[in-house]
Amino acid sequence: MPEVLLRVEGLDAGYGRVPVIRGASLEVMRGEIVTIIGANGAGKSTLLKTIAGLVRPTAGNVTLEDRDVTGLAPERLVRRGLALVPEARMLFGPMSVAENLALGAHTRRSTAEVADSLKRVNSLFPVLAERSSQPASTLSGGEQQMLAIARALMSNPRVLLLDEPSLGLAPKVIADIFGVLDDLRSEGLGILLVEQDANLALKHAQRGHVMRSGHMVLSGAASELADNDDVRLIYLGAWHGKE
Amino acid sequence: MSSSELLQFVVSGLQNGAVYALVALGFTLVYASTGIINFAQGEFFMLGGVLAVAGVRFGLPLPLAVVASVLVSAGIGVALERFALRPRRDSGGLVLIIITIGASMVLKSLARHIFGPNEMALPAFTPGPPVIIGGAAIDPQVLWIWGLTFVVVVALTLVYAKTKLGRAMRACSLSHDAARLMGVDTAGVVMLSFGLAAALGALGGAVVAPLTQTAFDVGARAGIKGFAAAILGGLGSPVAAVVGGLLLGVLESLSVGFLSSTYKDVISLVVLLAVLFLRPQGLFGRAGKEKV
Ligand SMILES: Nc1ncnc2c1ncn2[C@@H]1O[C@H](COP(=O)(O)OP(=O)(O)O)[C@@H](O)[C@H]1O
Ligand SMILES: [Mg+2]
Repeated sequence: MPEVLLRVEGLDAGYGRVPVIRGASLEVMRGEIVTIIGANGAGKSTLLKTIAGLVRPTAGNVTLEDRDVTGLAPERLVRRGLALVPEARMLFGPMSVAENLALGAHTRRSTAEVADSLKRVNSLFPVLAERSSQPASTLSGGEQQMLAIARALMSNPRVLLLDEPSLGLAPKVIADIFGVLDDLRSEGLGILLVEQDANLALKHAQRGHVMRSGHMVLSGAASELADNDDVRLIYLGAWHGKE
Repeated sequence: MSSSELLQFVVSGLQNGAVYALVALGFTLVYASTGIINFAQGEFFMLGGVLAVAGVRFGLPLPLAVVASVLVSAGIGVALERFALRPRRDSGGLVLIIITIGASMVLKSLARHIFGPNEMALPAFTPGPPVIIGGAAIDPQVLWIWGLTFVVVVALTLVYAKTKLGRAMRACSLSHDAARLMGVDTAGVVMLSFGLAAALGALGGAVVAPLTQTAFDVGARAGIKGFAAAILGGLGSPVAAVVGGLLLGVLESLSVGFLSSTYKDVISLVVLLAVLFLRPQGLFGRAGKEKV
């Protein structure tokens, strides 16, 4: 019996009066990658920010491990086991890699457990151990993305939200990062992955949703979406430069 | 000017400068956590002196009166944030800054109403004759000013650099959203920074009061000097605020020595404008501070 970690039902949200997402619903199970694909401006980042508590929903529900967390502040949600790797990463640039990771563990009490998590993220991304004392802003784009993911993992989340982790990175680095995401998933983490690179996302996800102008217009198994004619034409085609 | 006269001017500059530094630290702390300038900061300097005098008149021993005055001022700083600023948090920086200006007027009128319009004197912390160091006569109270400023800046720097709280405060100064995603209680950090800022301003006001007297209306001048010192330092770190304060104090004092005491209060404005035009990030500031 699959265990639902995150459930979003009929979520509306926006900035000021303008609604940006309308009626978004989705579920993320334990050990599953769910992806949301869609064009620029569709509302994908807004959806993740709303789930993570940075944007207040105007309607709908968010449930995390069977507890209602709708409208909860991000600093509370991270204590409940939900972490967001935001678009553009939002690292603490002048602070060292080690301090960024320590901030990721801000909510945790046990220093022994934090040390375990640190070992774990350093084994997932060995380059971070080498860069430990460097300011985050001096890392390459790929290393920064790794740090952003590692920092989120330091809170020991059950659900990880990722906003375009592949953006601007070289294929080799993307392969490394997505390899790690596959590992994390197989260990039971629930991952909600926003991507513009639909090809890539559908290869790694089990299920997916297509978002257009704030609506979920299509949902299904990743393999079905990858074979869907509309998706192939609009999203997978776009990736090959035919926009 | 003889070298011992010069030394005396430098000492007097460092005396005022250390007090400016305490006020400047307050501006820096609040700016770091909120991105706004708290124009009520000078009034906490006033409260520090006036409340300490009131405590002594009430019968408290001097050390207790000073501590109580610093704590009460901190409480007022926290209340300012919690009840006047936080409810309007989403109205934007300009509205918040105007609220701090309003708060400074309210504090000043209340102080006049409660404590009267006259100058008030606070006893010296440790009475005694001036200490002669290298030909300059230094009032024991000045040693208190330097000692306390030194302790405060070392403590703040250590907390900032080494503790979990300091790390959270630095994270807040870079991005509230990112800090919240880490689980940092940013509202708590903001409130704390207002409390600390008020406490530091009050400490400055209390420790200098035995030398200068105090009154309900000393806040504005202290606020301008502290603001100029903070801008000079670059609003970046505790050390920058202190260096800005000391530098401003010495510049001021030397201008009295070489030009005339008429220019003393003009210097801080000249420094303020010069920094804003020529080097808006201050002496130690990074150009283009990351502020999200
Ligand atoms: N902070 C914001 N304030 C106002 N409007 C925003 C903000 N962020 C995004 N938007 C608007 O919301 C819509 C969806 O944006 P976003 O969620 O970033 O889409 P996506 O991540 O799919 O590219 C866009 O029209 C964008 O202009
Ligand atoms: Mg986006």
